[in-house]
Amino acid sequence: MRGSFVYRMALVLVLGLAAAVVGGKPGGAADRFITVASTTSTDNSGLFGHILPIFESETGIDVRVVAVGTGQAIRLAERGDADVLLVHHKPSEEKFVADGYGVRRFDVMYNDFVVVGPKSDPAAIRGMDDVAAAMAKVAAGEAVFASRGDNSGTHKKELGLWKAAGVDVDAAGGKWYRETGSGMGATLNTASGLGAYTLADRATWISFRNKGDLEILVEGDPRLFNQYGVILVNPKKHPHVKVEDGQKFIDWLVSPAGQESIAQFEIDGRQLFYPNAKKEGS
Amino acid sequence: MSDLYAALGAAASLIFSFNRDLVEIVLLSLRVSLTAVAVAAIIGLPLGGALALFHFRGRKAVMVGINAMMGLPPVVVGLVIYLMLSRAGPFGTLGLLFTPTAMIIAQCCLVIPIIAALTRQTIEDLWEEMGEQLRSLGAGPWRALWTLLWEGRFSLLTAVLAGFGRASAEVGAVMIVGGNIDHVTRVMTTAIALETSKGDLALALGLGIILIILSTGVNGGAFLLKEAAQKSQMS
Amino acid sequence: MKPVLSILPLALDKVTFEAGGKRLIKEVSCALEAGPRSVIIGPNGAGKSLLLRLCHGLIDPTSGSVLWSGAGGKDPSLLQAMVFQRPVMLRRSVAANVDYALSLRGLPAAERRDRVDDVLARTGLRRFADRSARVLSVGEQQKLALARAWALRPQVLFLDEPTASLDPAATLAVEDVIAAIHGTGTKIVMTTHDLAQARRVADDVLFLYRGRLFEHSPAGVFFEAPRSAEAASFIEGKLFWRRKEIAS
Repeated sequence: MRGSFVYRMALVLVLGLAAAVVGGKPGGAADRFITVASTTSTDNSGLFGHILPIFESETGIDVRVVAVGTGQAIRLAERGDADVLLVHHKPSEEKFVADGYGVRRFDVMYNDFVVVGPKSDPAAIRGMDDVAAAMAKVAAGEAVFASRGDNSGTHKKELGLWKAAGVDVDAAGGKWYRETGSGMGATLNTASGLGAYTLADRATWISFRNKGDLEILVEGDPRLFNQYGVILVNPKKHPHVKVEDGQKFIDWLVSPAGQESIAQFEIDGRQLFYPNAKKEGS
Repeated sequence: MSDLYAALGAAASLIFSFNRDLVEIVLLSLRVSLTAVAVAAIIGLPLGGALALFHFRGRKAVMVGINAMMGLPPVVVGLVIYLMLSRAGPFGTLGLLFTPTAMIIAQCCLVIPIIAALTRQTIEDLWEEMGEQLRSLGAGPWRALWTLLWEGRFSLLTAVLAGFGRASAEVGAVMIVGGNIDHVTRVMTTAIALETSKGDLALALGLGIILIILSTGVNGGAFLLKEAAQKSQMS
Repeated sequence: MKPVLSILPLALDKVTFEAGGKRLIKEVSCALEAGPRSVIIGPNGAGKSLLLRLCHGLIDPTSGSVLWSGAGGKDPSLLQAMVFQRPVMLRRSVAANVDYALSLRGLPAAERRDRVDDVLARTGLRRFADRSARVLSVGEQQKLALARAWALRPQVLFLDEPTASLDPAATLAVEDVIAAIHGTGTKIVMTTHDLAQARRVADDVLFLYRGRLFEHSPAGVFFEAPRSAEAASFIEGKLFWRRKEIAS
């Protein structure tokens, strides 16, 4: 029958597909791994790409990072879809533990936020020491400001600063105050495109490749301090959590070895994260 | 313009250096989308054909429903599948979240309506042309279904390719249910989204060019297969 | 494959068909006996195609009955076949088209091969066996449709204006095949609006006009002495057809 050629080709395709499906599986059930819910800013900086291979080669545990916004990361952990939570908003983290979703919170490292803006600096805030005052000036001059607007740690920090500056940004939404509702990278892209001011964590900023006309204008104010914390998801709420391996990861992060590897992570010769785990934890 | 040249340069250097990460991402993308389309075809082709041939109460409503589902927003499908597969959800114990399997499931949901809707139209048209003769020869409805599915194989191949296009191009669903985990669930589209959010627009665009090349390759292969089959038909 | 019993005669009793609020077939009663070639004639829109489909079972009458004689428990539809005005060919080879029909009957592969070979030889299509059916000319496709029906060894073969789309040479070729099929014992029931063809082919004639059966008589009787004025006008070519929508 003439159609036999077509049948043969179809058979080849199906077999090839089957081979791809079966053969492509990454490892098997023997794979040891934990799932860590963290934030896009942490991941985008490249930190995980640097420290995780060290941990994995020491312990043989594969660390799978799901990087989303802070709010989504916490939600994932609450639902038990991750074994470990690593974010940077202390109040939310403490609430997470208090509500019973987490076992215990440990300090891991810190970096800082910076205010970036266009070189031309229409609001004239370059070099100011007081970040709240600087933001008040941005508001007064109605210079365009791009906010993450996504309930992330960065966003909450930003809102806190507006409050300290005595500015009501709700009223300004859509005018000079633009809420992108997205991650740090996307917001920076928007700021770069609009020539707008924005608040960014230094790690994301340094590793960001589309700076365009933007540069750091305000830094160093103690209120710009950004603390990271790590928490094991509570097995009492979610019995399937990989307690042993998850705890191994946390222990390593706060250990001298882990802390050292964090400190050694640099971009363009610049250290991005400063380890500050307390010696006895929390 | 310079971004575009940079993108072409990035794409070229990635391809010709056989960048290992790229190869891994490409293979995973193909694995997820091709598997999703294969499963969707196995479900969607008979479903569309049955919808064309069997007249039951509420058939018109089902037809409109499936047509509407062709426009399902991927991110919504991703969210729904996430809620189902999440540990806090009904199928959490399966442990499928953040695996390629979850991505395949989500893409299946997006592709099945496309294949079913296009199949229904094709089979309906064929039935109008051939239905009486098939009934006269004694073909029952199920036999007629298979006969027409084979009869319409060229049009149906196009429907399947449309489904593949949808699957390989979407990012919303696989991002949510896959988590874009490096070396595990990172595919072309999520990698592009990631590089964009890192501001590396040239690389993101370069990956986009590679994705288009990939899609062209799959479609080209299907086209050659179709040509060969038609040629063996015409002799 | 010898049937246990003949399904003929076919008895139509006050068969009526309505669609869209209009009565398209009006209380047709007749009996089709085994043997003679029955030709249903009438102007376009008379309902010939509809009547054929009602007999074959493709549509159900609104009222009245279509009754085959007992087939010894076998489904009478398995012992019939139909050929349409435009041949319907599957996108596969000539041989495969015939083979498909036989596979529907559940025949084993070896017997199917033999029968396919046999009917293709009898219809002069053997040299096209492996060609795609759709590249054949219309006339050859119609012969293939006949071959396909013949392979099923039906007791009754229905033909709906089988040569309406064909040129004169192809028409005669098809009529030859129909004659050959009749020669092997199949009852022929055919519609046509071509009077000359009716004269050539018919053993008995059913004259249909506006959905009503006006006459059913042997061909000689009908053409020499039609009983109704309408039939007489039709034979003289004076009965103009009326456009009618036929639901099929």
